[in-house]
Amino acid sequence: MPNLQGYRGPLRELLERSGVDVGDLIRVEKGGRIYEGYLMPRLETADEWHLVLKLRSGYNIGVAYEPSMRVTRLGAAVKPEFRPPPLPEQRSGLPKVSIISTGGTIASRVDYITGGVHAAISSRDLLSIVPELADIALVEADILYSLFSENIEAQHWSGMARKVAEKIKSGAEGVVITHGTDTMGYSAAALSFALRNLPVPVIFVGSQRSSDRPSSDAATNLIGAVTAAAYAPFAEVVVAMHETTSDTSIALHRGTKVRKCHTSSRYAFRSVNARPIARVVKGRVEMIAEDYRPRGDGELELQDRFDERVALIKFHPGFNPSLIEWLVDEGYRGIILEGTGLGHVSSKCYGPLRRAVKEGLIVGMTSQCLWGRVNMNVYTTGRELQQIGVEPLGDMLPETALVKLMWALGVSSSREEALELMRRNIAGEYSDRTLYEEVRP
Amino acid sequence: MKIDYEAIGLKVGLEVHQELDTRHKLFCHCPPKLFREEPEYTFVRRLRPSQSELGEVDPAALFEFLKGKTIVYEANRETSCLVEMDEEPPGPLNDEALDICLTFALMVGAQPVDEVHVMRKIVVDGSNTTGFQRTCVVALGGEIEVEGKRIHLEQICLEEDAARKIAEEGGVVRYRIDRLGIPLIEVTTAPEIGSPSEARKVAHAIGRILRATGRVRRGLGTIRQDLNISIRGGALIEIKGVQELDLVEKVVEYEAMRQLRLLEIAEELRSRGLKPEDLEGLEPVDVSDLFRETRCRILRRELKRKGRIYALRLPRFGGLLGRELCPGRRLGTEMADRAKFWGGVEGILHTDELPGYDITAEEVEALRRRVDAEPGDAVVIVAGEAERCRRALKAVLERAVEALEGVPSETRAANPDGTTHYTRPRPGPARMYPETDVVSIPITEERLRRLRENLPEMPEEKLRRFMEEYKLNEKLARQIIDSEYTALFEEIARSLKVSPTLIAVTLTETLKSLSREGVRVDLIGDDALREIFKLIEEGAMMKEAIPDVLTWLAEHPDSTAREALRELGLELLSREELEAIIKAKIEENIKLLKERGPRAFGPLMGRVMSEVRGRANPAEVQEILRTLISERLKGLEG
Repeated sequence: MPNLQGYRGPLRELLERSGVDVGDLIRVEKGGRIYEGYLMPRLETADEWHLVLKLRSGYNIGVAYEPSMRVTRLGAAVKPEFRPPPLPEQRSGLPKVSIISTGGTIASRVDYITGGVHAAISSRDLLSIVPELADIALVEADILYSLFSENIEAQHWSGMARKVAEKIKSGAEGVVITHGTDTMGYSAAALSFALRNLPVPVIFVGSQRSSDRPSSDAATNLIGAVTAAAYAPFAEVVVAMHETTSDTSIALHRGTKVRKCHTSSRYAFRSVNARPIARVVKGRVEMIAEDYRPRGDGELELQDRFDERVALIKFHPGFNPSLIEWLVDEGYRGIILEGTGLGHVSSKCYGPLRRAVKEGLIVGMTSQCLWGRVNMNVYTTGRELQQIGVEPLGDMLPETALVKLMWALGVSSSREEALELMRRNIAGEYSDRTLYEEVRP
Repeated sequence: MKIDYEAIGLKVGLEVHQELDTRHKLFCHCPPKLFREEPEYTFVRRLRPSQSELGEVDPAALFEFLKGKTIVYEANRETSCLVEMDEEPPGPLNDEALDICLTFALMVGAQPVDEVHVMRKIVVDGSNTTGFQRTCVVALGGEIEVEGKRIHLEQICLEEDAARKIAEEGGVVRYRIDRLGIPLIEVTTAPEIGSPSEARKVAHAIGRILRATGRVRRGLGTIRQDLNISIRGGALIEIKGVQELDLVEKVVEYEAMRQLRLLEIAEELRSRGLKPEDLEGLEPVDVSDLFRETRCRILRRELKRKGRIYALRLPRFGGLLGRELCPGRRLGTEMADRAKFWGGVEGILHTDELPGYDITAEEVEALRRRVDAEPGDAVVIVAGEAERCRRALKAVLERAVEALEGVPSETRAANPDGTTHYTRPRPGPARMYPETDVVSIPITEERLRRLRENLPEMPEEKLRRFMEEYKLNEKLARQIIDSEYTALFEEIARSLKVSPTLIAVTLTETLKSLSREGVRVDLIGDDALREIFKLIEEGAMMKEAIPDVLTWLAEHPDSTAREALRELGLELLSREELEAIIKAKIEENIKLLKERGPRAFGPLMGRVMSEVRGRANPAEVQEILRTLISERLKGLEG
């Protein structure tokens, strides 16, 4: 089977007939013109009529297919081989930090020929790529998953929680979890609830610029995360990412209060209705929060069951209330509403909501405003919704509320027990006071 | 020294970079313009080399990182968005810019590629926020003719311009990102140019064709040349950033000379019996104690700051460090460049120039003894922090090893006098990989047909047409076609009833001579230039006022020509004002009038004109003066 990644149709047939593979040095003759270069793979999503050639100058060009085209093999592909640079010396007497990888490209190498990016997540690779880590902590790395963050599910949260427990048991003084950024906020919330009585910090970290780029935020974020895992005084689940567009400060956001608020920027992660718990500046952890769970010697308690039969519903003008009916019919056990303003949905939803509550679902209310808290005593709608049995969830983020309800239903034996958990502040998901914030993203 | 360039096998390749005049930047919708005001915001970044699958880190890239550089970027909201900040993926490639490149390609007979692929070229000096420059080949081949000789083109690329370096101090480099992302066309010739003057002519010819597209930007820094220069037995030297076309010739001449002299030095070293192994294991020696009492200010200052002085013996290099390579540049200068770059020291001192700098013969003797220098050896010393000194001397030693081999392959940058200095080792080939955020663009036959049907005329055709249509003489027509103002000239000449020769002279000779006097004529915008000729057409401004108005506009780039006239007091006088002035002049010179009668007209005209020059039309002055003189004479008779 020839390696002709991405090539289809007549062009693939021609390449097969010519006996060439991706990576080979080839000559293409077409209508009196001659091109020479290395055959590159074709993106699967691109058209099937161009072959991609890397010229000797390093540039790629596409050459259009023609039936009369001739392709000759001039030389065989050079198999890329990774020779890691010498490892930095690991200093003794440093705190032991475990790095668990779940995916994303925080630590990766680029294949300069194809442009492909490959994960590099053994401890060796990590240290060779980010040698600074060796001066911060005694680092040990594991691959748990290799998943794009949109493919992460509740079972993976459980898996992460168990892995963290295992690492803490074997002496880790801090744990770092590398994660794709899209759903990192959900995972951080999930572990905030699943890891009860946590003795050490657990730091989620990702990157918004893949690490093949010289400007990547991966190394700075990772250095910040390992610094926090090794030295932070708190024992909480946090997300470590750039605080601003500059490489000077890594913010540590509480796992239940953090949200990805920008599609692409380094400073995409924001604490909502809270300030970051701390930041890492010039290699030191600076505390911002006064109220945090300190490191301790307690025994970690794992509560890692999640019930995925919970939906997050965003109310909007024209919302069809039968969607709620459908969820009830499907056997869902909980609904988090992302209501308008202080926590409202249309009166057309009253009927279906009544039915949901009657059938034993827990229905919680959050606000699509994100900033501020719901208050369902101000307007009639809010009061009526409460009467129906909709539970106001204060200033909790909708996504955190979703994850918490999955967890509450997963670890409780009754609706009442779950509801009680929803009302209690478990991991800083509620804050008592809403403070004035001058800058918002 | 007269060099026979053919005999030494001089080969020069040119890379001409020209900014394109598009509505927006290459990968976003920001306007392609610069700002002069204070930045609205700044941000701080560091770059680090990324690792290739081959396990190689670009040595230049790695080094820049290890230097621990912090980069501060300056920006404002008008000229950049998140794309330039590397906070948002690039948008699709600017179609307008691609059309301009394809147009140029068709004009020079190059073959457009079937599909354009954008690449990332690693550049970690901070000039690109991403750490790479986005670039793509648009066409291959093509040729131009220069004085009957065909020069082949290798490729035509479209790429994004880099950020502007504003300052560098300590470990902090400041860049302004307004220029980042402005589309650039890069035209690369084959290394077929055989002499310095030919290099200049080729650069001019390419510039002319680029301008003939009518779609290129003008002003300082909008066109830049890189040169690849080698001689037989020498090395390929890449010289970056020659901004002035007229400097190209000097740069080539000096580089050929430099390589030639370096080859002579290598020959001389070999004939002195120096072997590569003689340079192995040489170690820098701390000689600080020898200079405790020195009168040399440079050394004293470093010692006072608790710095050290280190020395390195270079066997059999005596007399060669001081040998001139090209004007003002010696082998010692080359070593100093390396020492500064790799060690961060201020420079080097060597025995070819000592005693000197207040270092005495006794001190030199002690120095030579300390490092066991034999007659014929040279000794290099540096001062500064110990680690820096050692790094600097290690770099000097490396340069010495290279001197024995001949010419080291380097990237250099041009100095204003045409000589060059070392900037970094030549980057490895493994620094280009695909820009996966930008989809590839097929070039359709239909697109090429449309562009082919609308090709602009080539410079030679334009020359003939300008001479015929605008009655310009050949010299002036050539000047305007060689200038950045070809398109503007034609636009003004077509739309206004002003002498085309006046327009052409203003846009070439006048601007050039003002520029020579230090006037920043590049700051004068097209609108102001148009307005000047409009005012002349309306009779509101005299052509004599042009140089003063231009000078004022260069100092006030956001003002109008009318404001210039007002501020300079060059607004035309009204008929009444003029009559009053002339009457007064006549009365002042009434004696002259009485003596000479109508023949007083000549001297009086001179005296009036010296007062109103640039503010009145001489024909009008003449007419009024004649009338008033005859009236006054009648009065005298009566």
